[in-house]
Amino acid sequence: MPSPSVKRRSAFSWHQPRVRALVYQVLTLGLVLAGVAWLLDNTLANLATRRIASGFGFLQQEAGFAIGETPIPYEAHHSYGRAILVGILNTLRVSAIGIVLATVLGLIIGLLRLSPNGLLRGIARCYVEVFRNTPLLLQLFLWYALITDRLPAPRQAIEALPGIFLSNRGLALPTPADPMALTWAGAGLLLGVALLLIHAHHRRRAAAARALPGLLKAAVLIGLPVVGLVFGGERLGWSIPEQRGFGFSGGVLLSPEFATLLIGLVSYTSAFIAEIVRAGIQAVPAGQWEAASSIGLSRWKTYRLVVLPQALRVMVPPMTSQYLNLIKNSSLAVAIGYPDLVSVINTTLNQTGQAIEGVALIMAAYLTISLSISLLMNAYNRRIQLDGARP
Amino acid sequence: MKKIISAAIGLVLSCGAVFSAQAGPTLDAIKKKGFVQCGVSTGVAGFSNPNSQGVWSGIDVDLCKAIAATLFGDATKFKLSPLNTQQRFTALQSGEVDVLTRNTTISLQRDTSLGLRGLGVNFYDGQGIMVSRQLQVKSARELDGATICLQPGTTTELNLSDYFRSHKLKFKPVVIDNFDELVRAFAAGRCDAYTTDISALGIMRATMLPNPDDYVVLPELISKEPLGPMVRKGDDEWADIVRWTLNAMIEAEELGINSKNVDQLSKSGTPVIQRLLGSTPGIGKHLGVDEKWVYNIVKQVGNYGESFERNLGPSSPMKMQRGANALWSQGGLMYALPVR
Repeated sequence: MPSPSVKRRSAFSWHQPRVRALVYQVLTLGLVLAGVAWLLDNTLANLATRRIASGFGFLQQEAGFAIGETPIPYEAHHSYGRAILVGILNTLRVSAIGIVLATVLGLIIGLLRLSPNGLLRGIARCYVEVFRNTPLLLQLFLWYALITDRLPAPRQAIEALPGIFLSNRGLALPTPADPMALTWAGAGLLLGVALLLIHAHHRRRAAAARALPGLLKAAVLIGLPVVGLVFGGERLGWSIPEQRGFGFSGGVLLSPEFATLLIGLVSYTSAFIAEIVRAGIQAVPAGQWEAASSIGLSRWKTYRLVVLPQALRVMVPPMTSQYLNLIKNSSLAVAIGYPDLVSVINTTLNQTGQAIEGVALIMAAYLTISLSISLLMNAYNRRIQLDGARP
Repeated sequence: MKKIISAAIGLVLSCGAVFSAQAGPTLDAIKKKGFVQCGVSTGVAGFSNPNSQGVWSGIDVDLCKAIAATLFGDATKFKLSPLNTQQRFTALQSGEVDVLTRNTTISLQRDTSLGLRGLGVNFYDGQGIMVSRQLQVKSARELDGATICLQPGTTTELNLSDYFRSHKLKFKPVVIDNFDELVRAFAAGRCDAYTTDISALGIMRATMLPNPDDYVVLPELISKEPLGPMVRKGDDEWADIVRWTLNAMIEAEELGINSKNVDQLSKSGTPVIQRLLGSTPGIGKHLGVDEKWVYNIVKQVGNYGESFERNLGPSSPMKMQRGANALWSQGGLMYALPVR
């Protein structure tokens, strides 16, 4: 039983680490809050004395400017809020495709870096050093100049395949004329997922059944939606790009700005990812390789079944930060004219003068996207982590 | 009794003295630091542009010098802050610069919700469209479906959309922040047309495009862009100085006073000229500056016409005609409010 004096001291005393920690934390929090409140108050007071209207009311006003690429319908008579939404969607579009492509390319380059073939190793090394050690902005300017200077004008467009045109206005592709075709594609995807689930269930029951090769799985998951899309297009008609006036009408146009930004982000980020992949693989103890080859696994199977699953544990946290970098770097779009979030808000705050609100919106949007990615990646990280390993 | 009255008069006079000495906060601060801080562009030839030695020139720089001449009698007492289109209003609102003498359009929205005050026009501009001669386009109305290159962050985007909407035409904008990159993309054929203010189109065609004769500026003016100096609201004395400096430069041209004949005219000019140049005192006191302020402007900087000629006119690399910027008496729009 503790003596009364000990008890009194433990109740509330400066000598208690817990009490000290609590006091410091409360003090720090108080200081931070006071600082924020002071900044906020100061800003509002200054805005008021300079007679600058503040607040987010401007989001409902008519935007009045046009945007080059609009994933959702948008016209100049729509509101600033909708214009900003278009910007966010453009940022998400380039980031999502960029992350997938950068991961695939980074994985390939990373594996090549460890290839027994000296030439491949050299090429991969050159790739990494060149892309990792030059500024991304410079790379974007270079890609943009290459794309806009080298490709012909729309009237002399290259028709790569019937209905597919390549010019300095971008890549014009046919699309199903009716959005219903997308439903068919969705149905194809659902069917593919269902087929694979049924097969997996069946395999658990009959242990003797062979596992499907990964390639076949991918073919089912990608092939069925494409079949659905084409089928839907055939039934409802295609919208095929045609040269008309200054450009093309019909179909869908992938702009040179989108292509430039995507190529730039993918080549730059994949160089970093390649290094993460290489480091991750080299972190797997040599004994694992020896064990795998002693049971007669091929090189590919050694990678797929033994090395990569272990390397993944090392790779996931730094990969997360590369994904976040890619998203943030997509704001360089403003330099080459892709209408991303920053570009749209730039125009908005110039027309309305609401600089503080505009910048706050940019920060909020990037913060939300980045935190969502972090959350997903952390959840994935916990799942693949060994039990008992520190998170 | 006499004593009381004289005391009362003294009190009133001293109050008056206190009031007149207490100008607005901006003017006081400028007088205290001893120079004017002007916001200019980051480099627009003819308006505000540094040469290879880093010395700035242009009609906007001249206006800044003239303000310094009005206030201090010395046109060298100024400093410049190069500002891009996004920075310019924030810099003025926050007090980083005292006045924007930077090719900036005056509009209702900027006067009201931004807390700024436009004080007159030193260049009448308007938005135009330039196309490659190859396209054989004669009018902006033929541009349905065209791709158009433009810089962000001005009224340019709004004017362009408004024009195309009101004529029921469609277009695709390519908005690039970096000016050099934008011009390169246009020269490479990424866009069918390029839009900005007529003045800038002329400068761009003359100095940046590989072959100036390959491009034509279409006849339509799609907006009015009166460019002029701006200050923040809340300091009327300071606004007066900027406004009347600009008017004095134009008035000097109207009266035929230039930097070469100003010495002679201040002695032997007409009564109107003698009054303007401060040989007959009066107007300086009203403005709260030296009586010789107009003399100092014209002597050290020149009149409006001289400034235009030197920076934009046919003898400069810009080769611009006076056009709308000629004096009203010569068919233009430049008209000085009476400086008296």
